[in-house]
Amino acid sequence: MKRELTIALLFVLLLAGCEREDRPLRSDPVLNENREAIALATNSPGPTGPVEYKSGTRGEYEKVAFHVSQGKKLFTWYNCSGCHANGGGGSGPALMDDVWIYGSAIENIAASIREGRPNGMPSFRGKVPEDQIWQIAAYVRALGGFVSSDVASSRHDQIYAHEGEARLPSPSPRTSNQPGLAQPK
Amino acid sequence: MTVSDATARDDLRDTHLGDAELHARLTRTWRTGSGWIERLSSVDHKVVGRRYIITAFVFLCLGGLSAVAMRLQLARPEAKLLGPDLYNQLFTMHGTTMMFLFAVPVMEAFAVYLVPLMLGTRNIAFPRLNAFSYWVYLFGGIFLWASFMLKIGPDAGWFAYVPLSGPDYSPGKRVDVWAQMITFTEVSALAVAIEIIVTVFKQRAPGMTLDRIPLFVWSMLVMSFLIIFAMPAVMVASTMLILDRLVGTHFFNPAEGGDSLLWQHLFWFFGHPEVYIIFIPATGMVSSIIVAFARRPMFGQLPLVLSLIAVGFLSFGLWVHHMFTTGLPQLGASFFTASSMLIAVPNGIQIFCWLATLWDGRPVFKTPLLFVLGFFFIFVIGGLSGVMVASVPLDAQVHDTYFVVAHFHYVLIGGAVFPLIGAVYFWFPKITGRMMSERLGKWNFWLAFVGFNVAFFPMHILGVQGMPRRVYTYLPEMGWGPLNLLSSAGALILFISFVLLLINVITSLSRGRLAGDNPWDAGTLEWATTSPPAPYNFSRIPFVTHREPLWDNRERLPVVTGLSVDSREVVSGTLTEAYPELRESSPEPSIWPLLAAIAVAGTFLGSIFTPWAVVWGSIPVAITLTGWFWPKGTPEDEK
Amino acid sequence: MRFRLTLAAASILFFTRDCLASQSTLDPQGPQAEHLARLFWIFTGVCTFVWVAVMIVLLAALIRRKAERPDPLQLEPATERRSAAVVGGAVVATLLTVVALTALSYLSQRQLFAREKPAVTIKVTGLQWWWDVRYETDSPDQTVTTANEIYVPVGEPVTVKLAANDVIHSFWVPSLFGKQDLIPGQENEIQFKASRPGVYRGQCAEFCGWQHAHMGLLVVALPSPLFQQWMKLQSAPAAPPQDPIRKKGAEIFESKACIMCHTVRGTSAGSRVGPDLTHFGSRQSIASATLPMSRGNIAAWVVDPQGIKPGVNMPNVSIAPEELDPLVSYLAGLQ
Repeated sequence: MKRELTIALLFVLLLAGCEREDRPLRSDPVLNENREAIALATNSPGPTGPVEYKSGTRGEYEKVAFHVSQGKKLFTWYNCSGCHANGGGGSGPALMDDVWIYGSAIENIAASIREGRPNGMPSFRGKVPEDQIWQIAAYVRALGGFVSSDVASSRHDQIYAHEGEARLPSPSPRTSNQPGLAQPK
Repeated sequence: MTVSDATARDDLRDTHLGDAELHARLTRTWRTGSGWIERLSSVDHKVVGRRYIITAFVFLCLGGLSAVAMRLQLARPEAKLLGPDLYNQLFTMHGTTMMFLFAVPVMEAFAVYLVPLMLGTRNIAFPRLNAFSYWVYLFGGIFLWASFMLKIGPDAGWFAYVPLSGPDYSPGKRVDVWAQMITFTEVSALAVAIEIIVTVFKQRAPGMTLDRIPLFVWSMLVMSFLIIFAMPAVMVASTMLILDRLVGTHFFNPAEGGDSLLWQHLFWFFGHPEVYIIFIPATGMVSSIIVAFARRPMFGQLPLVLSLIAVGFLSFGLWVHHMFTTGLPQLGASFFTASSMLIAVPNGIQIFCWLATLWDGRPVFKTPLLFVLGFFFIFVIGGLSGVMVASVPLDAQVHDTYFVVAHFHYVLIGGAVFPLIGAVYFWFPKITGRMMSERLGKWNFWLAFVGFNVAFFPMHILGVQGMPRRVYTYLPEMGWGPLNLLSSAGALILFISFVLLLINVITSLSRGRLAGDNPWDAGTLEWATTSPPAPYNFSRIPFVTHREPLWDNRERLPVVTGLSVDSREVVSGTLTEAYPELRESSPEPSIWPLLAAIAVAGTFLGSIFTPWAVVWGSIPVAITLTGWFWPKGTPEDEK
Repeated sequence: MRFRLTLAAASILFFTRDCLASQSTLDPQGPQAEHLARLFWIFTGVCTFVWVAVMIVLLAALIRRKAERPDPLQLEPATERRSAAVVGGAVVATLLTVVALTALSYLSQRQLFAREKPAVTIKVTGLQWWWDVRYETDSPDQTVTTANEIYVPVGEPVTVKLAANDVIHSFWVPSLFGKQDLIPGQENEIQFKASRPGVYRGQCAEFCGWQHAHMGLLVVALPSPLFQQWMKLQSAPAAPPQDPIRKKGAEIFESKACIMCHTVRGTSAGSRVGPDLTHFGSRQSIASATLPMSRGNIAAWVVDPQGIKPGVNMPNVSIAPEELDPLVSYLAGLQ
């Protein structure tokens, strides 16, 4: 009896050490400044593409449902829908299709939001805090179908504009074969 | 277990055997082996019932620890002990554990253990289903608490109102875990309810007519009917919620034709009978203890039974009183005020009958009776504050405040937990063969009584002073600090009283005074067995002549004979007269209930990640159910 | 004129408010709340009487001396009959009490929920975790939009229409009336009257997420003429800043993340995501009645909202030390 109890207790403690999901409520703005270096142009001399530095640490944003969900709220609040509609595009390009002009990796999307892009995408650096930029980028990834279905939401609590992100079709393989573009995860 | 030759039904009956040989043969037929596999395959209702009780009390501890953490956070204004996320998870876990994993299962547990003994039968009906229900319950509880440890515990409250618990406002798996845990506990509860009803209707000892059924059994019967009619509502609601969150339906999406209030109606249609599912068995425990300690039969048996049934029916007509502030039409809401206040009448009948019994009896002030007296003090306050919140205009002020928190803790702890602890002291000698310490028992009682009132009475005042529910902290300027501190102190005292209960149980298991068969000189049939009861319960099935069989037949208990000793058999009788009709064979131990429970648990667990889990999971479920129901060649089948 | 209003308001508030104002059911400041407080005391009185009666009977049952009864089944028919009569009487008394309380409750309900023509109609929308307040006026250009604080005229019926944008909230100002839920997809209504000038605090009473605990609101009751003045002032856009510090503060406000969520009418900040800040400086409190209005609290809130209300939708934004004072001056000056 005692041995079984000890084993059970150890198992419980082990379990308590694991963490499936972390929901940080505050991020220190100063330390959170962006350190990624994404190339803005996809071509450069020579056979290989331009040198980029991606920390790879931002991948967690699209693995945690909380961040994707916050990104969805921010997408509406910051009026991304004004140009991109609900992902179908309008005066801005569609975010639910397979064409990614500036790359579909989360670092590329975050760079687009932060720096802006030619022909109308505003730069939100200084206006949208860094961790919110990553949350919005994670949501845009979900719109593109890159986020796994147990992380993305299945429907909106609003009028049905499109299928919930969990039910959007996965990105086509065509995108991943284009040279110079960031590889979809 | 060998089955006798199929040629003729000349198996050995208990009619002419001497006591010693009878005991030896019956033990061999009915016992649970001591190996791992045998213990996991047991279908003995006492083994399953003990497991249920212990597991339920473990969940009581976990829920209680969550409550202690919450009270420590609330002891001071703007305390930084727990942040809002952890606090929200804790109060959700507290409510969910207490309501779904402790309160209902522990009542079921006592039913599973005691009802067959009180009815004079050898095992519960559908014993493999009984084992299955325990495993499903255990897996559901482990599922919930493992998720909490992994930081995906639910955080939307124990009744998870949409849209807060919907896909947009509760991202991640947290609420999915909660919704699916409900499915586990429902399946388990429905199984036990069915078994209790069939046992009570068909397996009573001969001579136990309807008016001779003990009040405890009546209360468990009413509870079982309530479970059958109420649980499907929450099953539907939680399934709709999972579908909304996982598959993208719009049941609760107002923008697409759904309705947030639909959730509230469905949940509370279950939720109100749920609290009576918890309370009615406790009234059965109170009745048993009062009869034994007042030393006289219950006054007003018939009104009491009718009140139990009336409460059961009426409890389905109250649910809207949880929704008085949602903007429903006034006339409709006032109907529910009337019905909510009206249920005080059958509850009052019960109280008056108990008082009349105590009035005429000579009370023996042992620990079980002390807890029943505590029940009277506390539950009547809770019931009367319930009459207050039943009023629509008054509820407009106190709904969702600490006044309601005080109310339901008074009725749940006073009305269910105090009788439950009394029941533990009362039936512990029967279950284990040893008495619990009276001295520790009295300390247990007084600490619990004082601690509870100090913890929860100030909450009435806090609620009226404007403190809402489910707040992780409050501003210092509100002036709620001192009463919250007092309440937290009381909570700690209450916690210590539960520690004392645990100590009492553990030490009494090894060092308690030996109990004998009937230490309290009570009258019902379970006290006719040994303590603890033999695996076969009764060596010969008793014949019942009175409501209190042991008081009516003090020298020798009349019995009926004719059951086989080499195979498992119980007596099956008519519904009202309990006239014996058949010798029903009772299933042998089997590992299939455990395997089926594992398959079902795996299906439910997978289904919160993908709907395909239901499809793929149905294969192992089908396999295990096939193994379960594979015909075994019992003598009955072969003849 | 503004000065006079502020002085009058300040003097009223000085005499009537108790730090962050009363939030108690038993401190009624309006006719509905008074009725409810009376109802509460009647119910409490009846219930206490019943409980005491039951406890007395229980105590008597326990301590009275009875004859020894060796056979528990031996009962006196006379005793049984007497018990039956007493229990029957108690049941009848219970029934009558219950019917009386139900009737009382129903009559109160009809009286309390009756509607009259309101002097002011306000639409309150509940969001996580603040209150959007819009005054419905006859002409659209006089609409007043504010947040977290409701100003009402004393002695006149006020109708508040309740809507929710995200999850279920509940509007509750205990000193004035009972609560009513704000449910997405549904519009509820509540009507109350304040009897005396003063500041009354309310709080969200339906669990709505992380900062449910800090979703408070203030109801400020002013005499009718002052209330009209307040309405006029509130409907005006923000006056442009005059002194250089506030001008710098305005620049900082418009260049940082603030304009992504907030509106200051009269400037380029026009987002409706967060509370309207046009007359922020004239409010009694900050962050849904969580902090009293003061320069220090504005600074604390703006620098670290997540520290004060973890999980709230206002993010931490980096503000340089030299930017803080102008920004706070600008905000505090939005009268």
